[in-house]
Amino acid sequence: MHRYIAASIAALIFMLGVQALAVDPYEVLEDPVLEQRARALSQELRCVVCQNESIDDSNAELARDMRRLVRQRVTQGDSDEDVLSYMVERYGDFVLLRPQFKPQNYVLWFGPFVLLLCGAVVVRQYMRQQKPKTPTPLSEAEQKELAALMAETNSESAGDKPS
Amino acid sequence: MTEETSNEATNEPSTRVPRRRWIAILPVVIAVLLGGVFAKRLADVKDGLDPTVLQSVLLNTPVPDLDLPPLPGRDRVADGIKTKHLKGEVSLVNIWGSWCIACLAEHPLLMAIQGQSDVPIHGIAWRDDPQASLKWLGRHGDPYSRIGQDPISEAAIAFGVTGAPETFVVDANGIIRYKHTGPISPDDWSNTIQPLIEQLRQ
Repeated sequence: MHRYIAASIAALIFMLGVQALAVDPYEVLEDPVLEQRARALSQELRCVVCQNESIDDSNAELARDMRRLVRQRVTQGDSDEDVLSYMVERYGDFVLLRPQFKPQNYVLWFGPFVLLLCGAVVVRQYMRQQKPKTPTPLSEAEQKELAALMAETNSESAGDKPS
Repeated sequence: MTEETSNEATNEPSTRVPRRRWIAILPVVIAVLLGGVFAKRLADVKDGLDPTVLQSVLLNTPVPDLDLPPLPGRDRVADGIKTKHLKGEVSLVNIWGSWCIACLAEHPLLMAIQGQSDVPIHGIAWRDDPQASLKWLGRHGDPYSRIGQDPISEAAIAFGVTGAPETFVVDANGIIRYKHTGPISPDDWSNTIQPLIEQLRQ
């Protein structure tokens, strides 16, 4: 039994070791600070041929060339914004994996909250409807009728009382 | 229960009904609006709109800075593509590769355009082995005026290319006026691209 547990743990450790990276070793920059920035930028940029994958994660050739370009630009002294805007100028906002906070994207950012608010209003309206209403007071005619009925039952029960 | 009281009972809520009805109609209104948007989009797709094609943000902007090396062994005097080569006359820039099946499908049309029209077609050999490019042109014909090699996607990224083939119409001032994603069909050529070239030449 112990042997099986040990084997499973060993297998898990080996599986951790083979975690695949799209970035090839030869792509990595020598300067760790620049490399860190390049990796962070690559994670912000969409691989335009694979959809919904960053160029950092993608094995596509175009993604590799885009990573190369990011590293080249970072090495040349471009700021992070410069690199991102270079890509946006060519591929549009689509190339950014995280939508920017700007008027064209307000629907994207605020839409869910507006919908939530609408839901809250509907629920409130519904709860109000369910609340029991205060009964309308009896009309004069009804009160007379009620009094007559009460008097009738009272006299009946009085008469029925066992002696 | 007298007539009077039963009337009162129904009258009282009826004064609030219009408001509630408005709320009840709201989801229907939203659904109809959304449905309209979707229907429009679907109709567009049916009419030939490809939702996966991105409109180029480079339209009406100058061609990017290029300095692409020539294809060695190609027997043309002038070769390689620099930015200055895309100025002075209306031209087409076609991104292709010998590895690209859709480019092969488009190729006969490019040959026909080269034969019947005097608009220069410049080819960017994207991520291709020069020998493979040459062999491909030798086998299928060479419609290109100039060819520049783009082994590491410099030009492709600069042009915002997502796949081959892509074709750009560049005016005499070197401004990108049109982008076609995917192979050009004879209809695309005669209905859209050729008229645009004529218009740009005036």
